[in-house]
Amino acid sequence: MADKKAAVPFAGTKEQEEALKKAIDELKGEKGALMPILQKAQDIYGYLPREVQKMISDETGIPMEKIYGVATFYSQFTLNPKGRYRISVCLGTACYVKGSGDIYNALMEKLGIVGGECTPDGKFSLDACRCVGACGLAPVMMINEEVYGRLTVDDLDGILAKYE
Amino acid sequence: MYRSHVLVCGGTGCTSSGSQRIIDRLEKEIAANGLAEEVGVVKTGCFGLCALGPIMIVYPEGTFYSMVQEDDIPEIVSEHLLKGRVVRRLLYDETTKTEKIIPLNETNFYKKQHRVALRNCGVINPEEIEEYIGTGGYEALGIVLTEKKPEDVIQILLDSGLRGRGGAGFPTGLKWKFAAANEADQKYVCCNADEGDPGAFMDRSILEGDPHAVLEAMAIAGYAIGASQGYIYVRAEYPIAVKRLEIAIAQAREYGLLGENIFDSGFDFDIELRLGAGAFVCGEETALMTSIEGNRGEPRPRPPYPALKGLFQKPTILNNVETYANIPQIIVNGPEWFASMGTEKSKGTKVFALGGKIHNTGLVEIPMGTTLREIVEEIGGGVPGGKKFKAAQTGGPSGGCIPAEHFDVPIDYDNLIAIGSMMGSGGLIIMDEDTCMVDIAKFFLEFTVDESCGKCTPCRIGTRRMLEILEKITKGQATMEDLDKLEELCYHLKENSLCALGQTAPNPVLSTLRYFRDEYIAHIVDKKCPAGVCKDLVQYRIDPDKCKGCTLCARTCPADAIIGKVREIHMINPEKCLKCGACMEKCRFGAIYKE
Repeated sequence: MADKKAAVPFAGTKEQEEALKKAIDELKGEKGALMPILQKAQDIYGYLPREVQKMISDETGIPMEKIYGVATFYSQFTLNPKGRYRISVCLGTACYVKGSGDIYNALMEKLGIVGGECTPDGKFSLDACRCVGACGLAPVMMINEEVYGRLTVDDLDGILAKYE
Repeated sequence: MYRSHVLVCGGTGCTSSGSQRIIDRLEKEIAANGLAEEVGVVKTGCFGLCALGPIMIVYPEGTFYSMVQEDDIPEIVSEHLLKGRVVRRLLYDETTKTEKIIPLNETNFYKKQHRVALRNCGVINPEEIEEYIGTGGYEALGIVLTEKKPEDVIQILLDSGLRGRGGAGFPTGLKWKFAAANEADQKYVCCNADEGDPGAFMDRSILEGDPHAVLEAMAIAGYAIGASQGYIYVRAEYPIAVKRLEIAIAQAREYGLLGENIFDSGFDFDIELRLGAGAFVCGEETALMTSIEGNRGEPRPRPPYPALKGLFQKPTILNNVETYANIPQIIVNGPEWFASMGTEKSKGTKVFALGGKIHNTGLVEIPMGTTLREIVEEIGGGVPGGKKFKAAQTGGPSGGCIPAEHFDVPIDYDNLIAIGSMMGSGGLIIMDEDTCMVDIAKFFLEFTVDESCGKCTPCRIGTRRMLEILEKITKGQATMEDLDKLEELCYHLKENSLCALGQTAPNPVLSTLRYFRDEYIAHIVDKKCPAGVCKDLVQYRIDPDKCKGCTLCARTCPADAIIGKVREIHMINPEKCLKCGACMEKCRFGAIYKE
C-alpha cells in the first residue's frame, strides 16, 4: 500500500503533540507497542506524516526506518491526510458480484479523483476497502462511520449532497 | 420481571440498516405507553438474516419482524406490545405463507441450521456477562479448572474431532498437544480475529454476538497448554466487535473469570486485545504473530512451528474465533456429542457467510456434510430473478469455485479439497449466469497482488504476472500460449511461495480453469465474454424487431453513440460506444442486448 509523499504542509498543534506524548508514555512499556502507538497517533493527527513519525522515533528510540516500514505496510495507516468525509467503497467479493465496481467507478467520475486521492478542497477522499462485513446489504460503501447499503449508482448524488 | 422481551439485532449488518435508531425509538415509545416496567428491550448479536435487517423478535411469542423502519415502531408498540395484536405486514414473509403464522425455526432459512458456535448470537445481550452465564457460560471453564487435568482437556478435544475453522482444518487438539509438550517459562494463547476473506463475516458475528464464548475458550486453552497470557488480534475495521470485546474482557476481570487465581484453582490467565491495521497476510499465523510483536506483518518460514517458537519466540497456539466458540460446548456436552455431528473426518458444524446472488443473504450454521444444493435451494431460497446458478465460491482468494455439477457433494474439508476448492474461513458467494468466471479469477488476483507482503519472490512477482495475463485475456488480447503460461505459473506459485497466501493464490485460477475452461477459450479464441461482463469484449446492439424508435436510448447515451430518428429503428455506433449500459437499463421494450 504505497503512499505518495505528503504534499500538504504539516500543521500539528501543541495539544496534539502533548496527546501523542501522553499516549506513547502509556504504551511504550508494552511488548510490541509500535502498532498501538501508530494507531493512536493516526487517531490524533488523522495521518502519519514524517514529522509525527519523527516524534515517535524520538520518544521511543525506535529507528525511523522501522517506523516508516510498519506505517507503509498496513493499509489502515496513511501518510497523506484524508478528506473530511472519507468514502470507502467495499470491493469485497459479495459486494463486487453485486456491482460495487460500478459504484466505485461512478464515484471516481463524480468526484474527479481516482481511488486513494482526496478532492482538492479537502472534502472527500475515496478508497476501496475489502469487506466491512455487511455483506447482506451488498453493495455497500461507508462515509466516515456511516454505512450505506443496497446501493445503486442513482443513489450516489443524493448521498453526496448530504455532505455539502 | 418483564412480561415481554423485544430483541433487536445490534450486529454490523442491522446497525448499518439503522437498528440503533429503532432501539432508541422503541425505548421512547415503550416509556410513553407506560410499558417500561413490563417490556424489556435487548440489543443482541446477529440473527443471521442480514439482508432483511433491521430485525426484531418479540418474546415470549417469538414474533419475527423484518426490515423494520423507525416509523413502524409506534404501531408495533401500540398494537403488539399494548394490545397483543401482531403487526402482520411486518412479519418475515416466509412465516406468513399460510393463515397460521409458522414459527421461525420451521422456515426454510432456519430449519436445517444447527447452532453451536452461534448458539447465543441473537439470543443474549453480548454486553452483559450475566446473560452469558445465564445460558451456561463459564460452566466449561469451571469444570476444566476444578475437575480436569490439562491432558484431559486436550484428550477431550482430540476425541471431539474438532478441526480449525480458520480454513486449513488442522486438528485443534493436536495443535494444543504439541504446544503443551514444549517446556517454557512463558507460553501464549492467540486468537485470530483478523477475518480478512472478503465476503466472510462469521467471526465478526460471533465476537459481536457472543464475545465471552471466545474468552472462556481461550482461558481453557491457557490451562491446557500452560499459558497465562492471551492475545486477540482483531480487525480494526470491526469497531462493534472491538467494543464488545473490550466490555467483555473488563466484565470477566471484574467477575474473577480472567486474572489471577480463577475459580480458586491457582490458575492465572489474562487477555489483551491487539488491533490489526488492514493487512490480509496477517491472517497467516506467523505473520499475525510478527504483527503483534509490532513489526511489518510478514510471515516467516516454518518450521519452527508456533507450538515451539511462536509469539515473542515462545510456544504459542493460535486458533480462529469460530474454533474457540465451539470449545466450551464440547467441554460441557462431551466430545461424543460433538463427534455425532458431521461427516467421518469433519465433525461438528460450520458457519457460512452466504452472499452474492442469492435470495437469503446472511449467516448460516449447518452440520458438516450438508450439500450445496440444500444451502442454495432450501436455506438460501435460490438465485433471485429467475437466473441460473453457475457456481459457488468458497475459501475467498485462497479457494475455488464449485460448479452446479457438484451440487450434491457433502460439504466438508476433504471433499472441498478434492473438488479443487477449500473450506476457507466460510465465505460462500453464489454466482449466477451473469458472472464471468475469468473476471472473478482476475478479481481475486487483483486482491492477492494488493495483499502480497512482498517478502518472497514467487508471490510478489508471480501474482503480478498472473494478473497481467488475466488482464490480457479479459481484453481479448491473449493467445492460447498465454493460457499455458498462466497454468504453469500457477504450479510455480503453489510450490515455491513462502506462506499460504502465495501457495493458494493460484486456486481461483486453477479451479475456474478446471470447470470453466470454455469461458477462457471464448475470451481468447472467439474474443467474446459469454456472461457479457468484460467490457472490451462486449458489444451493445439494438434488436430491430423490438425497437420502437422512442429515442430514449439516444437521449440517455452519454457519448452520443446512438443514431436514429423518432419512430425509426435506432443503431449503436460501436466506435463511440463506451459500453456503460445506460441505454440498456433505460429501454422500455427490452430492445437493447449485449453479446
